[in-house]
Amino acid sequence: MISWKIGGEQGEGIDSTGDMLAGALNAIGYYVYGYKTFASRIKGGHTTYKIRFSGQPVESAAIRTDLLVALDQNTIMLNIGEVPAGGCVLADTSFKPALPVGSEGISLVPVPLTEIAKRFGRPVMRNMAAVGASAAIFRLPLEPFMNEVKRRFARKGTEIVEANWNTVQEGYRYVQEHIADVPVLNLPNASPADRMVITGNTALALGALAGGCRIFCGYPITPATDIMETLIEWFPRVGGAVVQFEDELSSIMAAIGAGFAGVRAMTATSGPGLSLMQEAIGLASMAEIPVVVVDAQRAGPSTGMATKDEQSDLMALIYGGHGEGPRVVLAPSSVHEAFADGFEAFNLADSLQTPVLIASDLSLGLNTQGIDRASLQWRGLAVDASRRMSVDELGGLGQPGFERYRITHTGISPRSVPGQKFGQYLATGSEHNTFGKVTENPTNRQAMMDKRWRKLNDVHHMRPGLQVQGPMRAEIALVAIGATAGVVRDVQRQLAEEGRAVSAIWVRTLAPFPVELAQRAMAEADRVIVVEQNATGQLMTLLRQHGVADARFSSLLKYDGIPFTTEDVFVYLKTLRAPTGVTG
Amino acid sequence: MATPADFKTGEKSWWCPGCGDFGVLAAMQKALVAVGAQPETTVIVAGIGCSGKIGNYVNSYNLHVTHGRTLPAAMGVKLANPKLTVLVAGGDGDAYAIGMGHFLHTIRRNPDVTYIVMDNHIYGLTKGQTSPTSARGFRTHTSPSGNIEQPVRPLMLALSAGATYIAQGFSSWQGQLAHLIEDAIRHPGFSLVNVLSPCVTYNKEDTYDLYKSSLFNLDEDATYQPGDRAAAFSRLVELDEMVTGVIFRGDSEPYHTKIPGFGGVPLAEQPLGLDDGIWREIVANL
Repeated sequence: MISWKIGGEQGEGIDSTGDMLAGALNAIGYYVYGYKTFASRIKGGHTTYKIRFSGQPVESAAIRTDLLVALDQNTIMLNIGEVPAGGCVLADTSFKPALPVGSEGISLVPVPLTEIAKRFGRPVMRNMAAVGASAAIFRLPLEPFMNEVKRRFARKGTEIVEANWNTVQEGYRYVQEHIADVPVLNLPNASPADRMVITGNTALALGALAGGCRIFCGYPITPATDIMETLIEWFPRVGGAVVQFEDELSSIMAAIGAGFAGVRAMTATSGPGLSLMQEAIGLASMAEIPVVVVDAQRAGPSTGMATKDEQSDLMALIYGGHGEGPRVVLAPSSVHEAFADGFEAFNLADSLQTPVLIASDLSLGLNTQGIDRASLQWRGLAVDASRRMSVDELGGLGQPGFERYRITHTGISPRSVPGQKFGQYLATGSEHNTFGKVTENPTNRQAMMDKRWRKLNDVHHMRPGLQVQGPMRAEIALVAIGATAGVVRDVQRQLAEEGRAVSAIWVRTLAPFPVELAQRAMAEADRVIVVEQNATGQLMTLLRQHGVADARFSSLLKYDGIPFTTEDVFVYLKTLRAPTGVTG
Repeated sequence: MATPADFKTGEKSWWCPGCGDFGVLAAMQKALVAVGAQPETTVIVAGIGCSGKIGNYVNSYNLHVTHGRTLPAAMGVKLANPKLTVLVAGGDGDAYAIGMGHFLHTIRRNPDVTYIVMDNHIYGLTKGQTSPTSARGFRTHTSPSGNIEQPVRPLMLALSAGATYIAQGFSSWQGQLAHLIEDAIRHPGFSLVNVLSPCVTYNKEDTYDLYKSSLFNLDEDATYQPGDRAAAFSRLVELDEMVTGVIFRGDSEPYHTKIPGFGGVPLAEQPLGLDDGIWREIVANL
């Protein structure tokens, strides 16, 4: 596993530099995992893009940086601590780079990136020279970068492609010709295959598209916006509509309106938007209207840290809003799961006639991950799973007409949609009887509450409640959700290679909580560590509340806005073992 | 052809005897018949308050939503199936207080829905508080010394926001009101019908008598041309919005006709599933 990182000021093309390297590494045959740090501003401010790559799948961030590309001295000062002895700093000569004291064993490779860029075009193209120079240090073939340059700049014309490509080549050549001892970074073996690099947000959007979503209503918010942007790219091809509304209140209401009228619809937001949507989610629960809501969590409360990580909306996702309305909360933890849940959410919402929320997070949403192209598949699209009445059935009902909210043993009632003759009814957020008529009759109230909640009984037969990687009899079980689950899976794989009996467990369905599955998965572990990115241990609270957690359980929490790394978990595991005298 | 009876439910009304909303309900049912709507292809999206109960009494598909959020919900319904006749009903609180933002933005988008605001200048269901259309000096439980705020002028607001159809009716003037609603439904785009609908229980000032004696009927003024936005504006200023009739009607391109790639078979009638060719193209592009 090797890590590359570029740092500079926001607005300097850091993102496209990282995307280009990720694309080329992917083409060469590496699995990549890319993540950015950025601030809530457009220009200025330190920003970085890091890529880990390996011949095996990678699904988490790490602290170590083997090759640091610095576009300014600030990048060196802020990030040098991540570079181990034997690592390398590639820096633009324009700012006279210097390594701080204590950087023994780290090579500095000064390259005139700005000069090279000026020779072929504008100084801003120095990031392209950095790409070429990085490729030379890694001793990678240059050809795959040509494709990346074309992909990125083709729209801007051949001249721009040419200028950028020349700059990449010159960066490459400069290192080869002018750097005497190019430091050797041992690259892992590539495992060439047809792969693509994709973010969780894109995967989720495509899952929704495949799952039949045709109306998206949203309000831009970091880090959820590119779900909307992905769909607006493809919806015109399938006749769908993306509407950018004036706020999150209208966004979810329009999705509910579309759901009422029989179209699969969704909205995507982050914490602040989720707070605004809570009343409407209650309406969807009450009126039994399918709707899908994605919450790409970020650091809260309030505006919090808009560009930083956190998994602190679990309670808002599960219990938010007033009253008690049934909702399903899914928690994908990888791009594959984001795709699967983006798809499955619509089947669940339609068949259960209730809101389905997807708990994503900033890292899962924005980080790029290399996956096998063929692995993004859906298992046979289920026909509308809702109990839709036919017009013939409706016509044959006679008096007193269609009982939209009929009480059934599953809680799921037959449904009609506007346009169907004899199917007219009132869908209301007020308590109503089985015909949809508003009533406050106490017997009816209890029966309807029970009916609505009964719909959740079968959720765990319809999808995974949680998943386990590793043995059930584990010395340590690491429990997580979302992007943090990728970290504990990476930790588990490393420890398993060392012969340790460790398991990684990730909860896939937060509501209804998979109590029995959790009990079973965690029963035989000596210690259970719940790793989550929030201050109060929300996942642990759920495990306690459902009687799963006991004295074997402890929390590893992080709420500084920076995602967990495998190192964070390893450090914690060491502190655990020390007092008991167990050696690893 | 449906009859007014086809649009009625058997439900007994919760409104107070003499409530202006009865007139709105009757006019709405007449208008639906007049435009040739059918109960099964009609959707009424209603808000919260006395007005929000209107859907309980109309045999159609009814969506009774949260306070102030009728218009976005109606947008969703219309996008799902543009063949539906979509009516939105709410009160002055729903439209001009909690839902004001949606009111202006919906006008901007111009979806093909008809918005009937049952405007009684008071909060009725919560038993008599000041509304955004209450006059200055109006005394209620929440303005015991008289309202110190300036009222919203919904018609001028809609006019300046670029609405393509604006009318005002009075619930007692059934013939005109039914005609205005009918006209509004036929308008291809967003249509606002603000209805002065007296609350006989909590508003003793904006009474039937007051309206009958002071409303000016623009429809009877042969010199008034509702196609001129500036002229409409000056007339509304001049008469302080105490008018009925079609105030403005302009060119209109409904929202759903402008969305790239949208159209043809309504989404609600399309089978689920994704064409394999498109999927391959998507994946190849990643």
